[in-house]
Amino acid sequence: MSRFRVSVHIVPRKGLLDPQGKAVSDALHALGFADVEDTRIGRYIVLDVKAESAAAAELSVKAMCDKLLANPVTEDYRIASTVTA
Amino acid sequence: MKFGIVTFPGSNCDVDALHAVTDQLGQTAVSLWHRDHDIQGCDVLILPGGFSYGDALRAGAIARFSPIMQEVIAHAERGAPVIGICNGFQILCESHLLPGALMRNAEMQFICDWVHIRTEGKAPMYLGGYEPSQVLRIPVAHGEGRFAADESTLDALEQNEQVVFRYCNGSGAITDAANCNGAMRNIAGIVNVNRNVLGMMPHPERAVESLLGSTDGLPLFESLLAQVGA
Repeated sequence: MSRFRVSVHIVPRKGLLDPQGKAVSDALHALGFADVEDTRIGRYIVLDVKAESAAAAELSVKAMCDKLLANPVTEDYRIASTVTA
Repeated sequence: MKFGIVTFPGSNCDVDALHAVTDQLGQTAVSLWHRDHDIQGCDVLILPGGFSYGDALRAGAIARFSPIMQEVIAHAERGAPVIGICNGFQILCESHLLPGALMRNAEMQFICDWVHIRTEGKAPMYLGGYEPSQVLRIPVAHGEGRFAADESTLDALEQNEQVVFRYCNGSGAITDAANCNGAMRNIAGIVNVNRNVLGMMPHPERAVESLLGSTDGLPLFESLLAQVGA
């Protein structure tokens, strides 16, 4: 068993109103960053997982996302990185 | 009729619900702790408002896995009444007992106010005491109450007459201005396909006596009493 550090991005699904993202877009526009077209704010979760391999660790984290970490109705998730912890 | 009110760490409307069904409705009720495995023979289960587990991750996401929720789900699957109010509604959606999800209010602010909702749909267990399209004045208190679901789920909810409350103005018109949290299609409350599980963001348990400003929530509990029996 090795230990892997798996990082997951969870973001509100595109097309659903993300009021927090909209507020930040508006603030960026007010600061002159006119080229910002869309902002979505989600969460970044870092998990240290014991597993036989990096692939097994990712499989386990996907199961966690499906069951608890992400809401399948409103959010999408993506594993950003998996490294030996 | 015996009510069971579930308390999760962070629930804060459990005593309000207890007061509504005992002092106002005249029924018996027990408090159930989230770690309990026994619903003590209750006929109706209420998941009250509050901030279970501090809304960590998402409102209702952690509470869904509390031991008592296994019993709540079994109770719902038997066709028995389960009511989720505010945070309770969020928990019911997270538990997949109801479709959809509750997202951050469109205007970002926590809303603590009186609103109007209009009855519709088919849910005799809860709406029996109301007129069709009756306008209710009722309080809301939430930061994440914007009902969201994909288009096909919304269409199915409407076709099956599972939408039971929509935000409206004082004369009953369903308008954007009356949609306090930006909910899709102004949805404030829904029932499941079997019409025994009700989830709603407004607080009927806080509108059961004129002293507190409204009695419009009381018929909801009286409907249950009439339909499910004393």
